[in-house]
Amino acid sequence: MSDEELHELAGKQAALGEVRGTPAQDPVNAPMIRHWLDAMGDENPAYLEKGVAPPAMAQVWTMPGVRRSAKDRSPVDDMIAALDASGYTGVVATNCEQTYHRYARVGERLTPATRFADLAGPKRTALGVGFFATWKVTWYGEDDEPVADMLFRVLKFRPRTKAAPAAADRPAYPLQPAINQDTAFFWEGVRQGELRIQTCADCGHHRHPPGPLCPQCRSANSSHLVASGLGTLYSFVVHHHPPVPGRETPFVVGVVELPEGVRIVGNVVDCPIEEVAVGMPLRVTYRPMDDQLVLPMWAPSKEEA
Amino acid sequence: MGAEIGSALPELAIDLTPTFVVSTALATMDFTPVHHDVDKARAQGSKDIFLNILTTMGLVERYVTDWAGPEAVIERVAVKLGVPAYAGDRLCFNGTVVSREEGRFTVEVRGKVSLGDHATGTVTLALAEEGKPC
Ligand SMILES: [Zn+2]
Repeated sequence: MSDEELHELAGKQAALGEVRGTPAQDPVNAPMIRHWLDAMGDENPAYLEKGVAPPAMAQVWTMPGVRRSAKDRSPVDDMIAALDASGYTGVVATNCEQTYHRYARVGERLTPATRFADLAGPKRTALGVGFFATWKVTWYGEDDEPVADMLFRVLKFRPRTKAAPAAADRPAYPLQPAINQDTAFFWEGVRQGELRIQTCADCGHHRHPPGPLCPQCRSANSSHLVASGLGTLYSFVVHHHPPVPGRETPFVVGVVELPEGVRIVGNVVDCPIEEVAVGMPLRVTYRPMDDQLVLPMWAPSKEEA
Repeated sequence: MGAEIGSALPELAIDLTPTFVVSTALATMDFTPVHHDVDKARAQGSKDIFLNILTTMGLVERYVTDWAGPEAVIERVAVKLGVPAYAGDRLCFNGTVVSREEGRFTVEVRGKVSLGDHATGTVTLALAEEGKPC
């Protein structure tokens, strides 16, 4: 249904006025009151002493039970069904207002009546686009006088698809590292939560950033070790300007000295900028930038490298 | 315990054990699975079973009558519903008397859980004898 058709239906349902349901299965009774007070932890002795029900129990007497098939069809059900069919399948209650004209007495049987009141929307909400539907239920006593009224409002919303805010539709981070046969091991390590430092397979020299040749012995045979993940801030700059795609300024670019004997460039995060200081102990942390790319960054650490 | 405008009601904290969530759902005749079936609650995107609205209304009523005493007559409970009250969380009620006219009081009530306000609203009650509760 279009939004206009939903409003049209709402008008029709409201025009039905108050629609009576079937009377409660059981009259107001002490065992159900006692059970309710016990579960709520309500020690007020007045109800059982005076033979009246806690007023907030009004709705309890006419609840449909485990097998709902016998439930009355109310003007609200058709409206909710139409909203579901139009994609507004989510539901969350927003308001419940009960007015008690008097307390229901043990022995009397209540009868509910439902009136559809209002449909407002579509409105943009934190949960998604939706309609606010409002209805009123009145419980009548055997004297046909109202015992209690309830105004109830729900938001029927179009749930966001799971894929949207999560993984699939996330745009690629605009600054992708160049990954080649010399650096692939490093990025694969980051994806697995390992900080890998290149080592020379011949002389054992550690080097970073990764490259094809050992600066010490010119060997092209390389291997790697997995760093402890601890480091010390050797130097840093705070980048304010110019803007960097995919990033919010200001951010801290640090040179981190590793106990393994190399220095690595990375962002310092999880720390107020004014508290960033040369010599501070850091620990590596891994941040997903998009579906594929993870970047190692550096956060304050209690452990000294 | 004061009942002047601005006086605060004593805090009430309720640990929302699974037993509490389930037993109140059953006592209110609400058999919707999200109030007793953890797997179904999770399948609908909730982190656990959670308190049903009839219970929230009942607890707001209990909170105010705990303070006002057995002579209080509750006339109206108007609640704005907020974040879910999940099993494992704790629901803390606070309240303040916001109006007093003859024997009729309005109390503002707030029920908070770790995620924020679960219920906020007002309760109107009448006391047969002026001067109570004090
Ligand atoms: Zn070498």
